Amino acid sequence: MNTDLPPEPTWDTALWRGPGWIRASGLISKPAQTWNSVRLVPLVRDEPIESLRLDRRAYDEPSIVDVGDRTYYLSYIPHAFVAHWEGEGDAATASYGTRLLARDDKGIGPSGMPIRVRRRMARRLAGDRLRFLPLHLAVEGYLALHFGGPEIAWEEWSRRALASGLSPREERAYMGASVPDLADALRIFEIHPGQCGVLVYVADALASAFVVPHPDDYRALHPTLVQDLFGELVYQYGLLRLPVEDLALPIDEGAVRTLADLRTEAERRMRDWADFHDEAMAEEVFAPGSRFEDVQRMRGARLSRFLPPFTPGRPNHIGEMIDVGEGERARLAYLKTFRLSETQIRRGYLLKRLAAHGWRLADTAAEFGITEAAFALRLERAGFGHLLRQDVLDHYRAAARR
Amino acid sequence: MTETIADLVACEDVLTFVNAAITGTGQREFHHDAAEQTLSLGFLHAYMRENYRELYAATLALDVNDHNAALIVRGLLSTARDADDAQRRLEGRLVARRLELLPPQRVYRLFRALRRDGVNNRRTRAIMRDWLLARPDLAFDAVKYRGALKDAVRHAHLNVEDLVADAPDHVRQEIGRIFYGATGHPFVTPIFETWRQAHYAQAAVYKLPFTVAEGFAAQHGIPRKRFLERAERNMTRLERLRLQGHAGENKARLDIDLATVPLTRLATYVLSLPLDERSARRAELTGALRAAARRAAGPDAGRWGRVAAVLDDSFSTIGSAEKRRRPLAVALGGHFLLEALAGEFHPFWTSGRTDPLLLYPFGPTPLGTRLLDALDTAPDRLVIVSDGFDNAPPGLAAEVLRVWRSRLDPDRRVSITHLNPVYDAEGFDVRRLVPTVPTAGVRDAEDLLTLVELARFAEGRVGLPELRAHLDARMARFLTPTGATEPPTPEPEDPASEDPALDAEDSTADPDDPSGDIQDPTPGTERTEAP
Repeated sequence: MNTDLPPEPTWDTALWRGPGWIRASGLISKPAQTWNSVRLVPLVRDEPIESLRLDRRAYDEPSIVDVGDRTYYLSYIPHAFVAHWEGEGDAATASYGTRLLARDDKGIGPSGMPIRVRRRMARRLAGDRLRFLPLHLAVEGYLALHFGGPEIAWEEWSRRALASGLSPREERAYMGASVPDLADALRIFEIHPGQCGVLVYVADALASAFVVPHPDDYRALHPTLVQDLFGELVYQYGLLRLPVEDLALPIDEGAVRTLADLRTEAERRMRDWADFHDEAMAEEVFAPGSRFEDVQRMRGARLSRFLPPFTPGRPNHIGEMIDVGEGERARLAYLKTFRLSETQIRRGYLLKRLAAHGWRLADTAAEFGITEAAFALRLERAGFGHLLRQDVLDHYRAAARR
Repeated sequence: MTETIADLVACEDVLTFVNAAITGTGQREFHHDAAEQTLSLGFLHAYMRENYRELYAATLALDVNDHNAALIVRGLLSTARDADDAQRRLEGRLVARRLELLPPQRVYRLFRALRRDGVNNRRTRAIMRDWLLARPDLAFDAVKYRGALKDAVRHAHLNVEDLVADAPDHVRQEIGRIFYGATGHPFVTPIFETWRQAHYAQAAVYKLPFTVAEGFAAQHGIPRKRFLERAERNMTRLERLRLQGHAGENKARLDIDLATVPLTRLATYVLSLPLDERSARRAELTGALRAAARRAAGPDAGRWGRVAAVLDDSFSTIGSAEKRRRPLAVALGGHFLLEALAGEFHPFWTSGRTDPLLLYPFGPTPLGTRLLDALDTAPDRLVIVSDGFDNAPPGLAAEVLRVWRSRLDPDRRVSITHLNPVYDAEGFDVRRLVPTVPTAGVRDAEDLLTLVELARFAEGRVGLPELRAHLDARMARFLTPTGATEPPTPEPEDPASEDPALDAEDSTADPDDPSGDIQDPTPGTERTEAP
C-alpha cells in the first residue's frame, strides 16, 4: 500500500490560500439566498472557462472502485463527472448531454444486485476526457491517510495492524437529501446569470464549496448537490431548523440626502457583504497547513486533492480541485469540498501525530501530556482499538481503572 | 381617541384575510406545497369566522377568488347557529348573490362538500333549491354535472320534477330517469337521448359537452387527435384556450379568438408559447394584450400620469406545476394594464430585460436595485408586482423604501403600491416588503385598479370605521339586483382554473354567461326546449 501522502505538500501555492481565495480565483460572491437554516452563496465568474467542461454520468447501482494496487472499496456513487478538454479554437458548446462518451464501463456482477466496477477514481476515457467520482478523490485521500499502518513494528501494535494497516477503514457521511431543508433550499434557489459555483452554509457553518468551469455546467450540475456527501455536523446543524438572519447592515439614513446618495449607500452595502463573506465566512476552506496532492495532469489542467491540517476544534475541509493554466495565469476551474465532522478531524489528527512520532505510543502520549494508558484509550475511543494488541489494551484499561 | 387597540387589530386581521382570500387557492406555490397552503388558509378562515363573523361574511362582496368564496359559504352555512336572525338574513342574501356569480362547477362542488360535512339545515336546503331553480337549463346540467346534480338533489330532499316546472313535459318526466343509467327506453329529450346513444355510438359523443365527451371518448378509445378535431365546436372558450398547447402536441389546430380573452388569461397563454412562436406572432399577440389591457383600464386609460413599475420575472415566478407561471402572467398583465393607464410608463423587469413578449422566469430578484432605477424616473406612481422574496441582495428593497419614505419623500408625493400574487403560507398573508408601503394580494391583473384603492387601508392610516364603511358600500353595490346596475365586481372568470382536478372533471361552461357558452352553431337543436 503506497497511497500514503508524503509528509510534505507535493506542491504549494499561495494563490488559493486563506482569505480572499474567491476573488483570487476569478470568482465574485453574490448576495446569499436563505431558506430556514440553509444559506447558499452564489459565485459568479466574469469569464467562463471554455477550455474545460464538466459533464455528469448517472449511476444507479452501488459501485466497487478499484483504486489500483489491489485495493478496492464499495460505495454508492450517484454519479461521476466527466471533464472534457477542448482544443484551441474549438467552438464553445453546451455541456450537458451533448457529449456522448466514447465507451462505457462494462457492468459485471450477479443478477440479484448489479454492481459496477469502476476502475480507478480518475480515469481517462478517451484522449480528451477524464472521468472522476466527485468528492471520492477527496474522501479517499482522507481514508488513505497513513493507511499503511505502523512503519516500525513496535510491540504494542497488533499483528493485524502490522500486516494490513488500517484496512478496512470506514467513515460515514450523510446524503444531501437527508440534510433537512437543503433540498428545498436548492429547489427554490434562483440561479444567477453567469453563476459558476455555490457555497453551502448550514446554520452558518460552511458545509461545502462547489465550483465548476462554466455557467452551463453549473445549471446542469446544480441538482447534484442533493446527492453529495455532507458530514455529520452539517446534518445535525440542519436539524436545528433555525432561520438564519440577513447579515448585511442597514443603510445609514443620515448619509442620504439625494437619490444618488441612496444608490451609493446601497452599492456600498452590497460590497460590504461580499467583503465580509470572502474574508470571514469562506476563508476556512483552505486553512494554512493544508496538503495538496496531484492526481492527474493533462494539457495544462491539473486534478488534485487536498487535506486539511486536522486541527481539532477548527473547521477542516477536505476537497478536490482542477485548475487550468500555469503559473500566474492559473485559474480554479473545479472545486468540491467536504466538511469533516469533529470525530473525523480527531481521527485524522491522532493518525497524523502518531505518524509524526514514528508510531511510538509513549512519545505521542508525551506530546499530548498524558499517560500512555490514557492515550491508548483515546485511540480506542476514536475507533482504532483494533490496532493495539488485545493484551496491551487490556493492560491499559486496567491501569486506567486503578 | 375613539379607536381602540381591538379596532386596529380587527382592521389588520380583515386586510390580512382579504389578501389571503384574493391570492390563496390552496394549491402548491413556488415556496410552499399544497398541504401547507391549505392548512394555512383553513386556519385563517376559522379564525375570521369565529372572531369577526360579520366582516367575514362581508368579504363575499369583495374580489375574493372563487376557491375562497366557496370556503366562506361553506363555513357560514355549517355554523349558522352562531348568527342571529338579522345577520342570518344578510348572510343568506350575500351567499345567494355570490353563488350566482360562481361558475356552476364550483357551486356543485360546494354542494357536494356540504353533503360530506353533513350540513343539511333548512337554510342550506333553501339556498340549494333556489340556486337550482335559477339555473337556465337544468337538463343540460343533468348531463354535464350528472353526478353532482344527483347528489345535490338527494341531499336537499328536492323533487327534481319541481325544479324544471316550466320545462316541457318530457323533460319533467325524464330528468329523474337520467340519474339512474342509460338503459331502458329511448329518451324524448334530445340531449338525454344523445347522452344515451353516446354509450353505444361514437358519432353521438361529439354532440355532448366537451368534458362529458372526453369521458366517452376514453371509453370508446377514440384517438386524441381525431377527438380534438371533431369535438372542437363543443368546447367553451376557456377549454379552447386551455387546450391550445395540448392540441399542438397532438398536431391538431384549435381556432381561438384572442380578442375576447381577459388580460391575465391571455398573458398566461402568451407565456405558454415557445419563444420562437412568440416572436413570429409578435404583432398579433402584442395587439391582443394591448386591447385586453385597454378593456380592463376602461375610462381610467391614460389618466394615471407618470407611472413606473418594478415587475418580477425572477425564477420564482415560474410558480408551480399547479399554477404554472401565474406570478409572471400577473406581472405581464400588469405591465400592459399600467401601460394603458399611464401617460408615461417606465417598466423595470428584475432581470433587466426590456421586451415583455419574450419573458421567461429566470435569475434572482434584485428588487432593491430596480426600485432605485424606477425612482430615478421621478414617477407619480410606483407599482411593484412581486412575490416579495427579495434576494439579490436580501432586504435591500425594504431598506431603499424605508430610507426613501423617511428621508427623501416624507410627504408621500410618490404613491407606492406593492401587489403580491402569491400567498405566503408561513406568514398567513402575502409577503410584505416594508410596513410603510401598502401591500395587496392580486389574483388577476385586471383587478389592479380596485386593489390600489383597497391598499390604502393597509398603510394603517385609515381605521376600522372607514373600512366598515367601505365594506358596507361594496356590499350594497354587490347586493343590488343584477338588472339595476352592472355588478360591481368583475365577473369572476373562474380564477383557479389551473386546478388539475377541475380541468379533469369540469369545464368552465356557464350557460348564462354568453362569453363562456358552448359554441354551438345551432343552439336549441341539441338542447331541451326549455324557455
